[in-house]
Amino acid sequence: MIKAIINISLKAGVLDSQGKAVHHALDSLHFKDVNDVRVGKQIILQLNTDDKTQAMIDVRKMCEELLANTVIEDYSVELV
Amino acid sequence: MKVTILQFPGTNCEYDTQHAFEELGATTEILWHKAKSVPEDTNLLVIAGGFSYGDYLRSGAIARFSPVMKAVTAYAKNGGKVLGICNGFQVLTEAGLLPGALKRNDNLHFISKYHHLKVINNDNVFLEKLDSDSVINIPIAHHDGNYFIDDIGLKELEANNQILLKYTDENGNIKNPNGSLNSIAGVCNKSKNVFGLMPHPERAMELLLGSDDGVAMLQGFFSA
Repeated sequence: MIKAIINISLKAGVLDSQGKAVHHALDSLHFKDVNDVRVGKQIILQLNTDDKTQAMIDVRKMCEELLANTVIEDYSVELV
Repeated sequence: MKVTILQFPGTNCEYDTQHAFEELGATTEILWHKAKSVPEDTNLLVIAGGFSYGDYLRSGAIARFSPVMKAVTAYAKNGGKVLGICNGFQVLTEAGLLPGALKRNDNLHFISKYHHLKVINNDNVFLEKLDSDSVINIPIAHHDGNYFIDDIGLKELEANNQILLKYTDENGNIKNPNGSLNSIAGVCNKSKNVFGLMPHPERAMELLLGSDDGVAMLQGFFSA
């Protein structure tokens, strides 16, 4: 079994309104050293395979076709 | 004139849309998302508003894989006219039938109110009954209406007159409720047979209920 951890966030250059709101909230709690906040989502898949090469190909395809909208989002995949 | 209206689990504007088109004299059919084909006599296919699949993952992201969407794509590629309202617009961008994407509103709120819009390009069946630069008043009701497209895409939209409507005040000056790029409220594809907009023309059909500015928009499809 392989676990795939997928992180999806808005592309650099696409305004992240949620990140901005969280940044404001942190600021109002006096956490002054925060330079930037980006909010994303994490999707965790359990795969019925031990072939990491094939798993990476499959998961990237899943991201391109469904899990991320590549017009506005970037994704990264980690296999563990 | 036959209007076919798609219905996904979570769609909630299909009956308003049906009522609006029937008032204008169309015959209508509501098509469940499991259908494998679009009725042959369809003159216009509408993807109505709502919250298909609970907006899970992203608005419109799951609906795009419904069985009927293969037929919708074939219908659109064949030159068939498609109109996506609100969630329908989101489904069309997710399906790649319209360029760009719709993000969460900048202020993170669900916005539900009347909003003025300016007609940007009317050289298409959807807006041909309206004058270019005219201002209309149509309700919006969405959480994810913040249109985004990259620079190259935006230039293409402008060059091909694909920007349909922009959010403005009652005088036609830009007023942006949701952070939408260049205040864009609706676009069409390059061949001008697929249309998408966040505002709800089907909710602006009678003065008694606030506005009848939607009539002229929907009527455009009748002359084509």
